[in-house]
Amino acid sequence: MNALHIKKGASSHSAYDLRNPLGDQRETHTLCVLVDNEAGVLARVIGLFSGRGYNIESLTVAETDHLGHRSRITIVTTGTPAVIEQIKAQLSRLVPVHQVNDLTVEGPAVSRELALIKVAGTGERRVEAMRLAEVFRAKVVDTTLESFVFELTGAPTKVDAFIELMRPLGVVEVARTGVAAIARGGFAPD
Amino acid sequence: MTRHMTGAQIVIQALKDQGVDTIFGYPGGAVLPIYDELFQQNDIRHILVRHEQAATHAAEGYARSTGKPGCVIVTSGPGATNAVTGLTDALMDSIPMVVLSGQVPTFMIGNDAFQEADTVGITRPCTKHNWLVKDTADLATTIHQAFHVATHGRPGPVLVDIPKDVQFATAAYLPPEKARVSHYQPKTKADPEAILAAVEAIERAERPVFYTGGGIVNSGTAACAALRDLVGATGFPITSTLMGLGAYPASGEAWIGMLGMHGSYEANWAMHDCDVMICLGARFDDRITGRTDAFSPHSYRIHVDIDPSSINKNIHVHVPIVADVGSAIEDILALWRERGARTNAGPVQKWWKQIALWREKDCFGFRRSDQVIKPQYALQRLEALTKGHDRYITTEVGQHQMWAAQYLGFEEPNRWMTSGGLGTMGYGFPASIGVQIAHPESLVINVAGEASWLMNMQEMGTATQFRLPVKQFILNNERLGMVRQWQELLHGERYSASWSESLPDFVKLAESFGWKGIRCDSPADLDAAIREMIEHPGPVLFDCLVEKHENCFPMIPSGKAHNEMLLGEDATQGAIGAAGAVLV
Repeated sequence: MNALHIKKGASSHSAYDLRNPLGDQRETHTLCVLVDNEAGVLARVIGLFSGRGYNIESLTVAETDHLGHRSRITIVTTGTPAVIEQIKAQLSRLVPVHQVNDLTVEGPAVSRELALIKVAGTGERRVEAMRLAEVFRAKVVDTTLESFVFELTGAPTKVDAFIELMRPLGVVEVARTGVAAIARGGFAPD
Repeated sequence: MTRHMTGAQIVIQALKDQGVDTIFGYPGGAVLPIYDELFQQNDIRHILVRHEQAATHAAEGYARSTGKPGCVIVTSGPGATNAVTGLTDALMDSIPMVVLSGQVPTFMIGNDAFQEADTVGITRPCTKHNWLVKDTADLATTIHQAFHVATHGRPGPVLVDIPKDVQFATAAYLPPEKARVSHYQPKTKADPEAILAAVEAIERAERPVFYTGGGIVNSGTAACAALRDLVGATGFPITSTLMGLGAYPASGEAWIGMLGMHGSYEANWAMHDCDVMICLGARFDDRITGRTDAFSPHSYRIHVDIDPSSINKNIHVHVPIVADVGSAIEDILALWRERGARTNAGPVQKWWKQIALWREKDCFGFRRSDQVIKPQYALQRLEALTKGHDRYITTEVGQHQMWAAQYLGFEEPNRWMTSGGLGTMGYGFPASIGVQIAHPESLVINVAGEASWLMNMQEMGTATQFRLPVKQFILNNERLGMVRQWQELLHGERYSASWSESLPDFVKLAESFGWKGIRCDSPADLDAAIREMIEHPGPVLFDCLVEKHENCFPMIPSGKAHNEMLLGEDATQGAIGAAGAVLV
């Protein structure tokens, strides 16, 4: 989603000339947001990002605690450090948001994404696609005589690399779930 | 024992239990059951406005002048969309407001039914939070939560959308004390380490300034009293944003005037040159900062705000304090006193001498005339003749608003109602109605421009119906004054669409609604005319014909720093560069 690209030198949420005093190096952060599982909560989060001109690289959401009525939203976003801090503060003040954790700075975390990649081809290209899929530990979940659908789980960079390798071999379609992420270790962050 | 009621009865009971005595609204198909219940009780007074936007601004005026949340009821579709401007206005200025909107029955939602609109979708970005109630059993709890969210943390507007079938169905009523408490409990107490850092900065400051905002007024009278103690005890100069006027008295010794785009010369220079800035309940808005990379370059900045997202949003600060501003000021004062109440008195005295030099510029001076009424003169006379009164001022938006802020003095909080963040023309007249409802015996004056005032002039009927003696003091220059000023300074004096053609005869207009109309065009007659306005027991429309081409100074041009402020004489074309011209 590059439509919301933040111009260098302008702050993310304003048309005005508000230069960031803390440097303008853009960083990518993975945020985990625990919310009440109620109508409109996703619209609130997305509306916040579009309304204030923040960037969304990836967003996933699903109910994770049925009894507690909670959903978990994982957002990968980019921005200068000041913008990232603003995003966290803005998310935190939404009424149905219980907790915001920045998995990029709060210690080690794992990020995973699932992708389905349809590759069409015959002969040597088909064999090569199969060989690369084995290297990446991708599973074949559907096949015809001229195509495969591979299922691949991994860090987003691994999925990117696999798709790039497959492209010359005949990628027809790609579906990606977006990133789910969780902190390493035996505790939930507070 | 739980009581079973219809949804409409639950609404009325919940409002009563929340202490609502007044509700501003306009009926329609989707709220008829609620209006039926309103009809059958006497605890809540319904004020029928003439347009839903006016209901929201009246509720803002009511809220701002009482400290209580304002309450509004509108019907579905156009009723709700008309409330959007007021919701946005209240969100920008942190005014607590609860709007109840009717909705088409739940089984018709999504069918493009008559007067259907996606109200929660439309109002999501212009409310602090909103709810669509699909089950009567949730209605009481939702309304109680709505009041909780509107008034806790940074105040703001909320909306509860109630489908018509939910108003008819019955359920058990839950009183506030039994309703599920919202997890929404913002932090109000400051971290002691941050308070210590603030106190240390106060002790060593050589060129300090207090920069205060609407947050202090919102926090309440205790916060204003604590602020006065702190400023009095330290002897540091204090300036305020447009929204914060009155928290510290304009007659106070340490007052150096409002800051910002049309603030005082001394306040803006003090902000630029200070070494310690103590920002209390303000948010570094672009009207305040001017060019951000040249904003107060040498200061150590302390920022108290109840909303963490206000901190470091526009301006980097060194000591962030997330807390209720009143509680934080009390903590600062207590610790500072405990440590011996020290200030760096010598340098601070020198700083005051510097401020006195800036003050000598007399930035609010203007060329007087005995031929035409200067708008500044009109406000000076209004101030002089109403000063001793129990007075509330509202304004519209534009030049007259800035002149009102410059020339009227506010001694107490909650006496000044203006649209700051959103800059909503048409705010002041309905706001004055809300204020007058809350303070029936007080003198309520809306300082207006003729163009802004016309935007909600339909409310004349409301004032007549409810016998509200509001005074509409219109500085009539037959121009959209602020637009005209910018066109003069920025757009080669090409006055595109910025004059008011086909104005009504305001005196006749007043009389047609049973008001008193006064027209004044001579400085010699002005005092008598203002007195006549004050003494008239009913509503007055005062058409004050003023100089047509007066500009509002001093002014920080767009894209410039505080120390590049223009005084009246310097204003020439080209003062605003190409980069500044793209800014608002």
